[in-house]
Amino acid sequence: MGDLSEFPLKYRWYLKTYRWRRIDPVPWTPLKKPLKECRLAMISSAAIVTADQDPFDNFIRIGDTGIREIPWDVDMATLRETHRSKAFDHTGIRRDPNLAFPVDPLREMAEDGFVGSLNHRYFSIMGSVTDPDQLIQNTIPQVVPKLVKDQVDIALLLPV
Amino acid sequence: MSLVAAALEQQGISTVVVQLLRLVTEKVRPPRALFVPFRHGYPLDSPNDPEKQRAVITAALNLLTDRTLKPPAIVEYK
Repeated sequence: MGDLSEFPLKYRWYLKTYRWRRIDPVPWTPLKKPLKECRLAMISSAAIVTADQDPFDNFIRIGDTGIREIPWDVDMATLRETHRSKAFDHTGIRRDPNLAFPVDPLREMAEDGFVGSLNHRYFSIMGSVTDPDQLIQNTIPQVVPKLVKDQVDIALLLPV
Repeated sequence: MSLVAAALEQQGISTVVVQLLRLVTEKVRPPRALFVPFRHGYPLDSPNDPEKQRAVITAALNLLTDRTLKPPAIVEYK
């Protein structure tokens, strides 16, 4: 795994020829304090929603660039995965959303003091937005200023 | 996710991105990436296995404390 061999041919071709947006220069913020003093943010692109939130929209051609805020202490039993992609196996994450939205492991790691604290909200987005400009114009402004306001020190970003 | 990570780094927030495709990681160049050998849909290894999930998260967060890394840093999960 880790290469394109897991995908059917049409996805392989798409991923290979897609013009990925290159980050240049690459920004870099060194860690300013020990992990055990840091407030952690988590962002997952697995299109997870809570029971009272709308699912991500599967009919927007370029992909849904919206966000969902999910409280850090959410009841895992209320989470649903609503990712549109047919390119991957959804059964694992539907059985256990922690697989891509790790509320329980992060809670334990904060309790054990591995990290200082968890931000009061996590962010859920849907990966596979095909137009990076839309992500930059729509998604990033909905997430980044909030995490700056929340004074988080570190962020863990998870794909699906 | 890599573009979100870059935007956060620009605001002074240290980030680490878990990545499933080496090709994409090398092309997009997130600041810090943990490349994991799992298939899509399984970024933290296995469902209902908190130990394995926590091991991946721990490896990812430990990249933040590694002073030898330089951007863009891609580290393989072992």
